[in-house]
Amino acid sequence: MKNKDPKLLVQSAPLLRQNLTTPAAMKEVWIAILPATAAALWYFGLGALLILLTAITGAVLTEWLFTPKDKRRFAISDTSAGLTGLLLGLTLPPGLPLWMAFLGGIVSIGLGKVIWGGLGSNLFNPALLGRAFLLGTFPIAMTTWGAAGGPGDFFQVHSSVFAIPFMQGGVDAVSSATPLGLMKFQHQATALWSLFTGNTAGSIGETSGLLLLLGGMYLLLRRSIDWRIPVAIFVTAGLFSLIVFLTADQPVSSPLTTLFSGGLLLGAFFMATDPVTSPLTPRGCWIFGAGVGFLVVLIRLYGGLPEGVLYAVLLMNAATPLIDRYTQPAIFGRKH
Amino acid sequence: MLSLFSFGQSFAHGVHPPHHKEQTEDLPIQRVPFVSRYVMPLGQHIGVPAQAVVAVGDSVYRGQLIAKPNGFISTALHSPVSGKVVDIGMHRYVDGSFKAAIEIAADPYSTQQFIDPVTAYGEANRLAAEQMTREQFIDAVQMSGIVGMGGAAFPSHVKYSIPDEQEITDLLVNGAECEPFLTNDHRLMVERPEAVIRGCEILRQQLGAQRVAIGVEENKPESIAQLRQYINPEMPIDVVPLEVKYPQGAEKMLIKSIYNKDLPAGQLPRDIGIAVNNVGTIVALADYFDQGMPLIERIVTLSGPGVEQPANLVVPIGTPIRDVLDFAGGLKKHTREVIMGGPMMGMPIADLDAPVLKGTSGILAFTHKETARPPEYPCIRCARCLEACPYFLNPSRLALLGKARLFDDMQEKYQVMDCVECGACTYACPSNIPIVQLIRTAKDNLRNKKPAKV
Ligand code: SF4
Ligand code: SF4
Repeated sequence: MKNKDPKLLVQSAPLLRQNLTTPAAMKEVWIAILPATAAALWYFGLGALLILLTAITGAVLTEWLFTPKDKRRFAISDTSAGLTGLLLGLTLPPGLPLWMAFLGGIVSIGLGKVIWGGLGSNLFNPALLGRAFLLGTFPIAMTTWGAAGGPGDFFQVHSSVFAIPFMQGGVDAVSSATPLGLMKFQHQATALWSLFTGNTAGSIGETSGLLLLLGGMYLLLRRSIDWRIPVAIFVTAGLFSLIVFLTADQPVSSPLTTLFSGGLLLGAFFMATDPVTSPLTPRGCWIFGAGVGFLVVLIRLYGGLPEGVLYAVLLMNAATPLIDRYTQPAIFGRKH
Repeated sequence: MLSLFSFGQSFAHGVHPPHHKEQTEDLPIQRVPFVSRYVMPLGQHIGVPAQAVVAVGDSVYRGQLIAKPNGFISTALHSPVSGKVVDIGMHRYVDGSFKAAIEIAADPYSTQQFIDPVTAYGEANRLAAEQMTREQFIDAVQMSGIVGMGGAAFPSHVKYSIPDEQEITDLLVNGAECEPFLTNDHRLMVERPEAVIRGCEILRQQLGAQRVAIGVEENKPESIAQLRQYINPEMPIDVVPLEVKYPQGAEKMLIKSIYNKDLPAGQLPRDIGIAVNNVGTIVALADYFDQGMPLIERIVTLSGPGVEQPANLVVPIGTPIRDVLDFAGGLKKHTREVIMGGPMMGMPIADLDAPVLKGTSGILAFTHKETARPPEYPCIRCARCLEACPYFLNPSRLALLGKARLFDDMQEKYQVMDCVECGACTYACPSNIPIVQLIRTAKDNLRNKKPAKV
């Protein structure tokens, strides 16, 4: 080798990296949520599509505006803002006015992420924070559920979707009750099969149990999410509701209905497992999941609302730093 | 995923980098021809640098003592070739710094045949290893210049100096070779199993151990078979297949995998009756006690996508790295980085004219493809680093605190000093956060602040 050294780097070890990058990890979630999103469009049509797109736009636009100029492309490229928008959209009722969805997207990223210091620093799940905001601000629009249609009704958009900001309410003529609402307020059970396929009233993305389960399985198999969280949620919620089911004197949801109704699957696989807002430690993940499962059933049964996933996850989000602190694993060779 | 199909013994956590050993695992060990110039840094082991006992202009023979230990935690150096001392001064070290070294010009007319100095040059007779007392044995090992050959280069005789009140029951031989690309230990076990067994017997007897376990990762079935074939049934030697997992070869992990014991933090293996040695070290012992050959050469794996002809080589210590590379066809044009040791814990080579050291297990060259890094993303708290860390530390928090330079918190709340810098966390991080680099900075800072600590 007579010629000079090639310019050698002195990057310190380890030189090898596994292939997964953070944007690639986000992509896995996109892939996993896609089937349930498609089902949502099947049942709720163009209106749902518009709501999803609007929520995503609101979220991405906010991220763009609040990121310093030189980091914008980089910040958007991890697709986390878009994902937050989509997840928010999936928790909204299909007849929600678009401007509310847009506002929700803005709040999700603005209050849910940006003010905390951006990706990785937020305490609460941004999508759920956005939903909580909407629920608090527009309680009626947020709890008016259109019935699920079919592909034939694709172009039938609820008129309320195009409501003018702040002028019209969001109440829609064709409202119907969600399975959880039916149970809570009318003691009426919905067929498990409808819950499974998604042919019920509810938020855009929470209705098809089967496809959410499929997406969740995908994430579990790809090891994209911590398996302990959904498992803990299902076991706790299932057991708790089983006990109540067996002992209650008035009709309540059976354990299976509990698991397949409302936002439980969506929340268990896609919201509670958000790594940023769930604990780091394995034991912490068990506690976190168990807490969510317990709170969901508790709120559904005894709270004023038929649905409890939103507040269950947000409450456990708030407890996460504490859980992390007290579940530090014993360091190797320091077990007592 | 791999762990589902493994029957080998193992520890918890860790990572599974692709092992990349295909390039060299079947290549027989070759000898690098002698070159014209050798550089022997006086401080290439952990501890106090050796003290030169030759002067410029002296003729030396291959295997002659050229520097003696300077204190107890120090070891001897021997000339890797017959030739002449041409310089004693500052020479480039792998990290780019200058270190005191002895430069020797090889005698171009010498055959460089190694002959036992006792017969060839009338050095004082050695006792057979079996007849030595513990003190004689320790002195002999110190004068042989043998150090841990796995990479750390800690003087071996210090390890063998067991306090009287302690008893060694188990000799653990590390043939795990968990670093990707490296196959030097593997080839040694395949080609010289009898020397491995012989070294085990010498050391077992001297330490008074009852049993010997040789831990080998399962991806080296040929090594395992060869060793087993040479073990005589009366010998209390066991070959233990281990799961292929990084860092299987880390001392504490190996002890966990083989004996299922957690070595308490701050303790040495000997505190629980175990002596751990690398196979390379074991063979060096056998060669010294049976043939009189001090540590003047070692096996080095030359590999990685940036070298023209990967190889397993016997290299005289002190050979300039550039000469070793040239022997194997040099570097590919797109090589961006050359490292000494394995890709997980090795040291980047800043100057190719620096010499091969006693602790050089590999010389690996990498191209742009491996050295390019995706941009660093914020920590998304995915916990992959926690699941990678074999010490059950919290690398995510450590990195975060490290960036804020809160070094005291890193120690008080998260025991950063327990980190062995294996790099598993950094390997696993999808956000490409330089976790182990941040940890190193913190440890340096903490050490400088409290020199008494650790
Ligand atoms: S480098 Fe340190 S913190 Fe990272 S995995 Fe290894 S021991 Fe754990
Ligand atoms: S692996 Fe990286 S991104 Fe994941 S928790 Fe650890 S430091 Fe954060």
